[in-house]
Amino acid sequence: MASRVRTLRRWLAGRYGADPLHLLVLLACFTLAGYAASRVVLAGVWVGFVVWFVGAAVIHDLLLYPLYTVADIAVQWRPWRRPRPPAEAAHRASWINYVRVPVGLSALLLLIWFPLVFRLSERTYRASVALDTTPYLGRWLLVTGVLFAGSALAYAIRLRRQRAARERTRRASRPGNPPKIGH
Amino acid sequence: MRGDPVPEKPGAQRGQDGGGSAPGSIGSWLRAHPPPGPFRPDFWRSPLRGPWLTSVFGLVLLAGIPIIAITGLLSYAAYNPWLPGNDTTPERGLLGFYFFDWPTWPAWLYRVMQGAHVILGLTLIPVLLAKLWSVIPKLFTWPPARSVADAIERASLLLLVGGAVFEFATGVLNIQLFYTVFPFSFYPAHLYGAWIFIAAFAVHVAVKLPRMVRALRSRSLRGELRTGLDGTRPEPPDPGGLVATRPAEPSVSRRGLLGFVGGGSLLIFGLSVGQTLDGPLRRTALLSPHGRVYGPGPNDFQVNKSAAAMGVDPAGAGPGWRLELAGTHLTRLSRADLLALPLYTYALPIACVEGWSTQQTWTGVRLADLARLAGMVPGLAEVYVESLERGGAFSEASLSARQVADPRSLLALRVNGADLSFDHGYPARIIVPNAPGVHNTKWVRRLSFRPPTG
Repeated sequence: MASRVRTLRRWLAGRYGADPLHLLVLLACFTLAGYAASRVVLAGVWVGFVVWFVGAAVIHDLLLYPLYTVADIAVQWRPWRRPRPPAEAAHRASWINYVRVPVGLSALLLLIWFPLVFRLSERTYRASVALDTTPYLGRWLLVTGVLFAGSALAYAIRLRRQRAARERTRRASRPGNPPKIGH
Repeated sequence: MRGDPVPEKPGAQRGQDGGGSAPGSIGSWLRAHPPPGPFRPDFWRSPLRGPWLTSVFGLVLLAGIPIIAITGLLSYAAYNPWLPGNDTTPERGLLGFYFFDWPTWPAWLYRVMQGAHVILGLTLIPVLLAKLWSVIPKLFTWPPARSVADAIERASLLLLVGGAVFEFATGVLNIQLFYTVFPFSFYPAHLYGAWIFIAAFAVHVAVKLPRMVRALRSRSLRGELRTGLDGTRPEPPDPGGLVATRPAEPSVSRRGLLGFVGGGSLLIFGLSVGQTLDGPLRRTALLSPHGRVYGPGPNDFQVNKSAAAMGVDPAGAGPGWRLELAGTHLTRLSRADLLALPLYTYALPIACVEGWSTQQTWTGVRLADLARLAGMVPGLAEVYVESLERGGAFSEASLSARQVADPRSLLALRVNGADLSFDHGYPARIIVPNAPGVHNTKWVRRLSFRPPTG
């Protein structure tokens, strides 16, 4: 009996592509999701809901993701630059992250707070808070400025340290020996 | 553990042989001819993508999202939706199975809960984005499904990704009061969207947990945190296809990427957590909608819904204002009458579903005393509160018998030693410990006491 169940299970798994338990769990998921969706229909907002629900996935996967990926590639794309030897190419990685981090963090804050920064909900905001949204653009710019300044400072310190390290190796190495590139 | 992992279930190896299409069939032809671009495995170049990295982000979300889900569902219960007039989603059906008489103790519970819901949600946004970045090649796997199981699981992923982005986006836009973009009311959309997301999330965890644990064990976090750019190598090839087949030179280490994502979370947290705090730290809430500073006066704390916006007529709230008290009989009380009753002072938080909160010192008449004046017995009377505001979503609300009976539940007349300002509900407002902010009705016009519902 037990072996027959096992055979049936293996047969099902072969046809279905996974353990039958997998199907059971997923059916439970769709049942709950379907029930919640039926409530959306009852609430009378299903059209907008579906548009937003599918739109959310599409906007992330086919708009936001390509946008920041292409931006990242574009920043590093310098067609006029001559190809460099590997040692220098490795050095190139050092500056990009000092741009990526402040730009990325600033963009992240804007992604979240753009309605406040661009004053898009001014009327409802004033009705609720009894103040206007004027300060937010300045605050976002301030945080962005601090991020860039911090990044520039960190890069300057790094360059200085690298130079100091190179000096030290050059001085330490005997004449005739090629200097090592410090990291 | 570093070698090719042995699949535990038949389904785990569908990447190689699921579907059972014979050579020469349509299936094998499709597999051999992916469309150009992202459908080709060598399109994806990041040397950092891999099961370990994805699992680290997954683990953080696995810890955080249940907290957000539970605090969110409890927040719905905190409205006491079973009382008349309190339910913003009356078509909920079985989804209200967990409701209970919301307690008034501890007074700070709702404050902490909703603060955690909103601030943790904001804080996890970079982690969610990083997680989605780490698995994006899977969106373009070719052929789209290798078996029935694969097709069904991918359908559930639409619910997972759509649900996640939907829930985070509606929440983020709602706390900024950007309602004009919603083609739906926020409450039903965010609630039912949450249940769809929870269903897909639970299944995703159930299906992927073994793989996540295996991937987390494949590398040591401490080791990665000690590895700089020079030592960064791609993860070994995985059957799931996350690791690039033609990886580019790394431009950032795993340590660097984790630091970037964590730094983003820390930044968002640091600039918004202040809206849940009092004292000087509140000023740190530079990028959060309700962390505003109004001034040094007794009434200078966060306003939610101004009197002008809610259509409250200043004349109606002037000397001619009378509180209607209905119970076994009808009584009308002026503000002077109320001030002549025994007054009590409590420091109580006012905490909003939108995550902000502040504690102030309120002085007023106990709701229990007003129930007695109306001829009712505290503990055996709930109250229906009506406001002078016109047409607001929460111009009317019910408080439970338990809320009425709590000695700290007040009809507040003064705050921090001064009369309430008009924007804070003058002539009188409700303050109930541990209740959602919108149930602390302002500009109270009428209190109707009645025997408990149900």
